[in-house]
Amino acid sequence: MESAQIQRERAPSRPRAAVIRDALGVGIAVGLSGFAFGVTSAGSGLSLAQTCALSLFVFTGASQFALVGALGAGGNPVAAVAGALFLGVRNAFYGLRLSHLLGLPRAVRPFAAQWIIDETSAVAMAQPDRDSARLGFTVTGASLYVLWNLTTFLGALGAAALGDPSAWGLDAAGPAVFLALLASMLRGRQEALVAVLAVVLALACLPLLPTGVPVLVAALAAPIVLAVTRREEAHP
Amino acid sequence: MIVWISIAVTALGCYAVKLLGLSVPAGLLERPLVRRMASLVPVAMLAALTAIQTFGSGQALVVDARAAGLAAAAVALLLRAPFLVVVGAAVVVTAAVRALTG
Repeated sequence: MESAQIQRERAPSRPRAAVIRDALGVGIAVGLSGFAFGVTSAGSGLSLAQTCALSLFVFTGASQFALVGALGAGGNPVAAVAGALFLGVRNAFYGLRLSHLLGLPRAVRPFAAQWIIDETSAVAMAQPDRDSARLGFTVTGASLYVLWNLTTFLGALGAAALGDPSAWGLDAAGPAVFLALLASMLRGRQEALVAVLAVVLALACLPLLPTGVPVLVAALAAPIVLAVTRREEAHP
Repeated sequence: MIVWISIAVTALGCYAVKLLGLSVPAGLLERPLVRRMASLVPVAMLAALTAIQTFGSGQALVVDARAAGLAAAAVALLLRAPFLVVVGAAVVVTAAVRALTG
């Protein structure tokens, strides 16, 4: 994002083709990984209809992977849903930033809202002007939504033919998705501290607490690190 | 049925927070502490989920082929590989290690 920031300051506007190329690059790459979600979800015991409903109506990958992972592991559904919702909260903050950036009419907002996820926000926020941001958001959102749902369907459908998904290493897809999203968020010392503390809390709680609960306990790493480092931040 | 209810609640909740961000007047969510929490909570949860889904087996901690797959994903990330390559590396290496070690 740093290079995009610099670009924003230097270039007054971008050619539409460049915006579309960036947007499609992200949309296609991430959209195709819906296949891994479809297989993972089916492997967790969810039906084809349930798997497709998640991609159509939840449409935020981390929450989807977290929900099926927790349900598949036999976790408490309340903890599973809470974990998925916690992960989804970041989209509210993307939305806040995008509402200034895109300047959407009130009537369009309920439709645009479903596409507010990591990738569409990243592409839109990297653009130098409103038209490019709108174009980037729309192209990323459309390509990702269509592909993610299509590949979810194919993955869930193909899961039966694949047999045991772990034989194909597909049980590593979920954690790899989480790691990739995490890597894009690790920008400073606080983020790194939160990540390390969360891993320690999660692994320490795993043998002790019901499935799904350790993730919620690990979320406490954020307020803990904030409380500890706040004094330093107030006087940088 | 409980799965459908979980899906419905997750879908409604996730949609609601997306729309909330787009609709609320700026200022409410713009307090520095709230913003900071909002950016750090996903970091904590993603780190925890990565660890649990890599090293967890039920309620036991294990180191198996998934750890090698995740290491491959980390290398791909360090090499600034595209998202799909990162996920692909994890899947392929995990499958390969599992095939080799039986």
